[in-house]
Amino acid sequence: MQPPAEHVHWLFATGFLLLALCLLARAIVGDEVWSRRAWRAYLWPSLLFGLGVLMWPVMVFFTNSTIHMVAHGAWAQTMMLAGAAELGLLRGKLHARAWRLCLPLALAVSGAALLVHEQNGWYFARAAFLHHALGWTALIGALFPLLMAFRPRARIWGAGLALTLVVVSVLLYSDRDVAPVFGHLSPLAGEPHR
Amino acid sequence: MSTQLISERALARSHSARARLVAVLGPLTMLGGVAWGFLQPYRLTVLHPHGEGFWWLLVEPPLLVVGVGIVFALLIAPGLIEDLEDDAAAR
Repeated sequence: MQPPAEHVHWLFATGFLLLALCLLARAIVGDEVWSRRAWRAYLWPSLLFGLGVLMWPVMVFFTNSTIHMVAHGAWAQTMMLAGAAELGLLRGKLHARAWRLCLPLALAVSGAALLVHEQNGWYFARAAFLHHALGWTALIGALFPLLMAFRPRARIWGAGLALTLVVVSVLLYSDRDVAPVFGHLSPLAGEPHR
Repeated sequence: MSTQLISERALARSHSARARLVAVLGPLTMLGGVAWGFLQPYRLTVLHPHGEGFWWLLVEPPLLVVGVGIVFALLIAPGLIEDLEDDAAAR
């Protein structure tokens, strides 16, 4: 009893929205106040790690080509790496600031994978449009955690990352299996079913 | 008025502005979900449940957005505001 692919996108959108709210609140109050309670400090890296873990069943059950599978695998790995690196830094197991670069790496790899594995043009169907939009959003959004790694006290970059994730969430919620985008739908895409 | 008092008041104002911002994040998210439900009611299968499958009844995006807002407002925001106020009092 597998959910339709669009439902999986909506569930991930929900995870990203919660992650975005946590990061936005953290940017508003500052890391010192946010990390005052241990469970809260671990919340967003655990959420990111968990989203990476959940990407594996998506890779196994929902991909229909090699490049599609490789892209989902890359997301799973880099999201888990970024979450684990942040958890390691929090716990004190990791010390080098370079580990903070795992987060921009995750976004950059995700963006590149989205753009590379979408074989159709922007207006082929809504899913194709969203893949392109998500890819560029993730690639540009990778600049925020990159700047955060070098200027951890500047809250503006944290807020930028959170808002990037809000955009990612909105785009994922907009996904449909076969649907037009701004009135365009290639006849090769199939019949819109709902 | 001493400069120390002025800076303390400015800090207290900044903390209360941040607390208000954190407090509205959850309700704003819920409002977004409710507004979406009104704009695209066909995405709420609970309004026309006959003949719908399990996943269509479980995963309804506007309700998921409202749910995220509720989780944030009930589980995360109260403690965060409390800690922000404690931090302001300690300074």
